[in-house]
Amino acid sequence: MSASSTAEVPFVPKTKVGRITDFVDERVGGSGILREFGRKVFPDHWSFMFGEVALYSFVILLMSGTFLTFFFDPSMAETHYTGSYTPLTNVEMSVAYNSSLNISFDIRGGLFFRQVHHWAALLFVASLGVHMLRVFFTGAFRKPREMNWVVGGVLLILAMAEGFTGYSLPDDLLSGNGLRIIDGVIKSIPVIGTYISFFLFGGEFPGTAIIGRLYVLHILLVPAMILLMIVIHLFMVVVHKHTQYPGPGRNDGNVVGYPLGPVYAAKAGGFFFIVFGVVALMAAMFTINPIWNYGPYDPSPVSAGTQPDWYIGFVDGALRLMPGVVNDFHFEYIIFGHVLTLNVLLPALVPAGIIFTVLFMYPWIERWITKDNREHHVLDRPRNAPTRTAIGVAGFTWYCVMWAAAGSDLIATHFHVALNDVTYWLRTLFFIGPIIAFMVTKRVALALQRKDREIALHGRETGRIVRLPHGEFIEVHAPLDDYKHYKLVGFESPSPLPAEPNEHGVVTPKEKRRAALSKWFFEDRVAPATPAELEAAHGHGHHEAIESGEEHKSLSH
Amino acid sequence: MKALSQKRRHPLAAIALLLMGLLVTGGLYAVATTVNQAKADTTTFSASDAQEGGKLFAANCATCHGMGASGTKDGPSLVGVGAAAVDFQVGTGRMPMQMNGPQAQEKPRQFNDQQTQQLAAYVASLGAGPSIPDASLLDENGDAAKGGELFRVNCAMCHNAAAAGGALTRGKFAPALAGVSGQHIYEAMATGPQNMPVFNDANISPEGKRDIITFLKKIETNGSPGGNDLGGLGPVSEGLFVWVAGLGVIIAFTIWLTSRTS
Repeated sequence: MSASSTAEVPFVPKTKVGRITDFVDERVGGSGILREFGRKVFPDHWSFMFGEVALYSFVILLMSGTFLTFFFDPSMAETHYTGSYTPLTNVEMSVAYNSSLNISFDIRGGLFFRQVHHWAALLFVASLGVHMLRVFFTGAFRKPREMNWVVGGVLLILAMAEGFTGYSLPDDLLSGNGLRIIDGVIKSIPVIGTYISFFLFGGEFPGTAIIGRLYVLHILLVPAMILLMIVIHLFMVVVHKHTQYPGPGRNDGNVVGYPLGPVYAAKAGGFFFIVFGVVALMAAMFTINPIWNYGPYDPSPVSAGTQPDWYIGFVDGALRLMPGVVNDFHFEYIIFGHVLTLNVLLPALVPAGIIFTVLFMYPWIERWITKDNREHHVLDRPRNAPTRTAIGVAGFTWYCVMWAAAGSDLIATHFHVALNDVTYWLRTLFFIGPIIAFMVTKRVALALQRKDREIALHGRETGRIVRLPHGEFIEVHAPLDDYKHYKLVGFESPSPLPAEPNEHGVVTPKEKRRAALSKWFFEDRVAPATPAELEAAHGHGHHEAIESGEEHKSLSH
Repeated sequence: MKALSQKRRHPLAAIALLLMGLLVTGGLYAVATTVNQAKADTTTFSASDAQEGGKLFAANCATCHGMGASGTKDGPSLVGVGAAAVDFQVGTGRMPMQMNGPQAQEKPRQFNDQQTQQLAAYVASLGAGPSIPDASLLDENGDAAKGGELFRVNCAMCHNAAAAGGALTRGKFAPALAGVSGQHIYEAMATGPQNMPVFNDANISPEGKRDIITFLKKIETNGSPGGNDLGGLGPVSEGLFVWVAGLGVIIAFTIWLTSRTS
């Protein structure tokens, strides 16, 4: 507000534009805000841009969605189609489906905007997911960013809710089948399920209310909540500052990068148009959700190959994997006249429940195990946190098994295998897939660390063999430059933290459990090369002496 | 009435009731099947067709279906399957079967039109069955919208609402229907090949079958108004596309945008 107050002579703008700008600035203090934000430094890395992609997709969704609301009518009243798609002429359908068809065929640019909206929705959730994976695998969720990680998780759930409500709006056969599955899941909740279903649908499925209700959620409540969460998320990014990858001159007390203005502002603005362009190209060239193929919703037909959009796929896959009976063991009971269908309830709620519970709690779990209460602004390279990386890959594998199961019928038809075999294999992988993934990932991460250590100590293998005067052959190793070297040695490698007594001098059982987990977390470790080792290695220029540097299951470093 | 109620606990009452039930069901079935086959075998084959067909059959089909098409443990009896079944199975190359499996696979056809007709004539001569449909039912000028409704109610659960095909249990599948001739679609409905149920004329009238063929041909020639249809497989191919192509292109751009620094 008092940006120019320190100057002796009051600033007098010379041009007309200058006078208007100064008028506004004196009243809202824009230049102060701009100076503060314009100097905000952001580090540069391609993997930091997925959150931006999600944000831009959301902006595209708001714009294309607004266009669609001009023409969409969320009514379930019955009508007969009279539009220009002849294979549906005079077919009885809901007004909602009718208006979706009209958007597709009779409104100029309607089909393009429908496709922009749908592709942007798929991209929104996909970029959100990749962004979360990046944050997890680089350890960016650690103090002080735990709460922002939770906000991100809430955004993921909201995005899925927003996507599903939108998917159901056209009231075509595909989305109606999807809604029927959700209705079945709700009804499988003991005691209250039926009441919730009747409340939601305004009576027995499908009723005449659900599309209108989903519409209000889709265009009002859920987007408002997403917007609120985005504001909180970005506010916290500004407060915390951005994380950075390890490198020379980068530490937990600084941010190395470029200021927001002018380069980043231009880059980010341009990137918005790139994302918009990619979405627009996809919408112009590739069909998404051809509702005219599916026909109007009618509870009796169920089409083969009915799937939800990809982000709900893992729940659908879990439902497909669940056996109805195992030998003679049934999963359906009648208790006091209430039907308890575990074969719907378990797969629909338990895997998703586990995934989101672990996801939300993980920063606290790791903080408890490591007792690491410091602030972290420098990221971990995934290989340098082998156990965390392995946990992440195991969870992702579990998710992918369920995800694949949602397309089990297409796997069967396109790879010419039996549907039953696909299901059996995926059921097996559901249990052993994450375990295999954990072990393999941890071994790969440790192997990469050993490779890094080897290169740090001996330099890069040049492939040039030299014969010494006394007859010995050696391969020439080229030393690394300091910048690359820093990356290979400048990381923390914590060792297991044994159980410690509390203030009363007692080692509690909880502390013992923590110590056991800490051992599991850190016992397999490859310590970074120490300055002494580096000195020794470079001094000799030979391979001897060094092999002992790698300590397996040792506490010495 | 009183006499009847007194005899209801008679030892033979259950048997009598069973007999009555069987008679009624059987009688109704007989009436129903004659209704369905009222239009069977309107196509005329010459006697020499059947004779030539018999020779072809003995040389190519009898190994599994038995001499006189009476069936063996490897193949069912073909008495009464009608000319339509032969025209479909042989005309699409499914028979003679390439190998045993969950169901006969389509392959390049082994017999030409004349030989197929001769085989059809031979099998039709063994017993009445559905005949090759009249050309008037295949003109694709029916009501596509009505055909679409019939298709969604009767066919979409296996063949997919967009006729893109779908998986069945244990390696069986319902094929995609693009590129299948109207005549073969009709014959498939009338005879129920492989794992497909029979949609006889009482179930879907010949006009209804004509509407379905009209619908299928219409959506086939209509193309995809929204651009490339990505195989017409719905959300799975859409999701795959956005992850691989959409996100892939965007990652390429992010790398380009950040490549000049760091």
